[in-house]
Amino acid sequence: MVTLPRRAGRLEEVSTEVVTPAASAVFAPRSRSGVALRVTPVDEVGLEARARTFTTRSIKTTSKRAAINLAISCIDLTTLEGMDTPGKVAALCRKAVRPDPANPGLPSVAAVCVYPQMVPAAVLHTTGTGVHVASVAGAFPSGQSSMAVRVADIEQAVADGADEIDIVISRGAFLSGDYRYVFNEIEAQKVACGPAHLKVILETGELGSYDQIRKASMLAMAAGADFIKTSTGKVAQNSSMPVALCMAEAIRDYADQTGEIVGLKVAGGIRTAKQAWHYLVLIAETLGTQWLTPDLFRIGASSLLNDLLLQIQKLDTGRYSGPNYVSVD
Amino acid sequence: MADEIEPANLSLTNVTFDLEYAPALESKSIVSIDKEYGLFIGGKFVEPKDGKKFVTVSPSTEEKLSQISSASAADVDRAVKAARKAHTEIWGRMSGRDRAKYLFRIARQLQERAREFAVLESIDGGKPIRESRDVDVPLAAAHFFYHAGWADKLEYAFPDRRIAPKGVVGQIIPWNFPLLMLAWKIAPALATGNTVVLKPAETTPLTALLFAQLLQDVDLPPGVVNIVTGAGATGSALVEHKDVDKLAFTGSTSVGKQIQRSAAARGLPLTLELGGKAAHIVFEDAALDQAVEGVINGIYFNQGHVCCAGSRLLVQESIADSFIDRLKNRMSTLRVGDPLDKNTDVGAINSSEQLGRITALVEAGVAEGAEIYQPSCALPAKGYWFRPTIFTNVQQSHRIAREEIFGPVLSVLTFRTPEEAVAKANDTQYGLSAGIWTEKGSKILWMADQLDAGVIWANTFNQFDPASPFGGYKESGFGREGGLQGLSAYVSLSSPRGAS
Repeated sequence: MVTLPRRAGRLEEVSTEVVTPAASAVFAPRSRSGVALRVTPVDEVGLEARARTFTTRSIKTTSKRAAINLAISCIDLTTLEGMDTPGKVAALCRKAVRPDPANPGLPSVAAVCVYPQMVPAAVLHTTGTGVHVASVAGAFPSGQSSMAVRVADIEQAVADGADEIDIVISRGAFLSGDYRYVFNEIEAQKVACGPAHLKVILETGELGSYDQIRKASMLAMAAGADFIKTSTGKVAQNSSMPVALCMAEAIRDYADQTGEIVGLKVAGGIRTAKQAWHYLVLIAETLGTQWLTPDLFRIGASSLLNDLLLQIQKLDTGRYSGPNYVSVD
Repeated sequence: MADEIEPANLSLTNVTFDLEYAPALESKSIVSIDKEYGLFIGGKFVEPKDGKKFVTVSPSTEEKLSQISSASAADVDRAVKAARKAHTEIWGRMSGRDRAKYLFRIARQLQERAREFAVLESIDGGKPIRESRDVDVPLAAAHFFYHAGWADKLEYAFPDRRIAPKGVVGQIIPWNFPLLMLAWKIAPALATGNTVVLKPAETTPLTALLFAQLLQDVDLPPGVVNIVTGAGATGSALVEHKDVDKLAFTGSTSVGKQIQRSAAARGLPLTLELGGKAAHIVFEDAALDQAVEGVINGIYFNQGHVCCAGSRLLVQESIADSFIDRLKNRMSTLRVGDPLDKNTDVGAINSSEQLGRITALVEAGVAEGAEIYQPSCALPAKGYWFRPTIFTNVQQSHRIAREEIFGPVLSVLTFRTPEEAVAKANDTQYGLSAGIWTEKGSKILWMADQLDAGVIWANTFNQFDPASPFGGYKESGFGREGGLQGLSAYVSLSSPRGAS
């Protein structure tokens, strides 16, 4: 199994000490190495205008093929339904490993993403393939459970073999200004992850403004997130280009200020190949091409994969086929 | 079960990927450029009396595009006579409602043929297709729509006044926004009942000539708009002509001064939109990433060939280093090259003369001790190109902080207090535009009050709208274009009959 590169010393340095000030409504996070983090304000109009420019980049022919391959290799192929069964997960895993059996040259996706109960099935069908198993945990998608329950949820998923954990922050605490609570909960869940990678979902659709998203991004990174992630896919507003840009800029600032590298996962509502490469362009022009790797960029999606496969078929044959020419999962 | 599964294909997954944009060229096939063009006088293309022609070239390829007629004083006289006749017989007497119909028709045609105009603008002028497609052409159409709306409502624009057109107006436009400046000039003139003789810049005549063909298509009465191509001599023939009732000029300050001298001697109404050296002021409490975008857009938009370009960055000293790092970072993503490539951000310099001017001033900047930075982007072998450039360590007394470069060159200065920012921003002969970046509203209002600039943008830059008046102070000119203020330059107002 391919292991993701890990920031040196991160786990050893986990402190139990609270580094945010006692007055928790004051937002003044510090990184683990003690760097006081600066958070710049965000101008909504300018941010959205910049985000639009990425969507006007034109990607054709050879660039398009490379972008599609990259997008496939960055997918967290996801099923998060109450009706999920081991059978459904088996099919998903098969698709994740070999997206198109007729085209063995295509890369596998980065991971399958499932509920904790489905982790054993996912592990069974991906062991030895290099495809990671990501589990949402910690009372996903609301996060509205006690810390003990959330930590137990994560520990169980990790024990069952998940090597990536997607959690969601307590938006209620964040919006009420209790940043210390949010910091502590992320830190505790990071400890519960042990060797597994932690992706922290900000649920940006519930944070109310880009300023808040930027703040939450910094807080999550300071508290130990390996990835910050936009959305659960379970609320009305999912990932969008401005939201992703806002978070990517926070990641860049965090790297500039602390030297620590954090990844970005966008999720929810990303269904077309075109949307996927808009995000790739955003990452390339904001964070640089060194972020264009599944180790640092992920797209949480389900139907996106098939659209990418259809685009590949179009490049190969010159003709558009239809949904009947790719497997449902 | 797991061992039945083939191992995943990992050959691509662990390699850092360099996202390259393949060439994405906008097709030229939509445009047909004639071998040569006549002058557009009295609704027809006519040969110049002395048969003189000059060549217009594409600045991105140095390819000769077409032979353009050079209008002599005699040709200008023909054009003014045609305009006078059209004004007396048709346009000056036409109802506002009917004039509006023509303006709406022009606006709609511009939209319908938007791609054609955008491609031609990029070929002839060197600007990226992204800008001609998304800014120049849509805004030009918007100006005609806006002024079409005023044509039958002038009594509401100027209540309790008798409103009369000036008559025949002479208009001279620059090469940086050829079609857009044409729209800024022609739309208000026609809406208010004037007829026009317009001279486009000699390096970028093609969209004006295509516009002339569009006017034939929409059946605009002959002589209402006349387009005379040529260089400085054609322009001065128009300025000196005895039967012109108003002049409007957009271009360099030195030519503007000559025109003002000539117009002043005859008491001729005049509006001038001239050079600029705008200060772009960034405070430490600004939304820094968006400020970076604003600064980049402010100076590299249209290769910096923008009179209101934010060519002086004044950044608060406390954030100067990190802000400059952010700027350099962003500059490395700018793509310089073929204007017709949809991924191009910075196109070709408009002419070899302009390239020479930019190069000379940049050399002066280096000689005076400012620190130069340019990203290492490849430039095409043919054509006129200049890398996006920033100068740091610039002093207020350096030439690059005082003279208009009109190219992709940013001079960075620092300040400590808002008062110092104002003092430095206003320390220039120009006064066209300024930009303020801070999240503090009260500071924006205070700064806007102190700055000597006709246009002030707060937390944005280079935003244009036909309803918003545009123009300068000091050596940036006088008069406004756009909005009610722009309209008023094209009408004579007097007290209504019977009023005391």
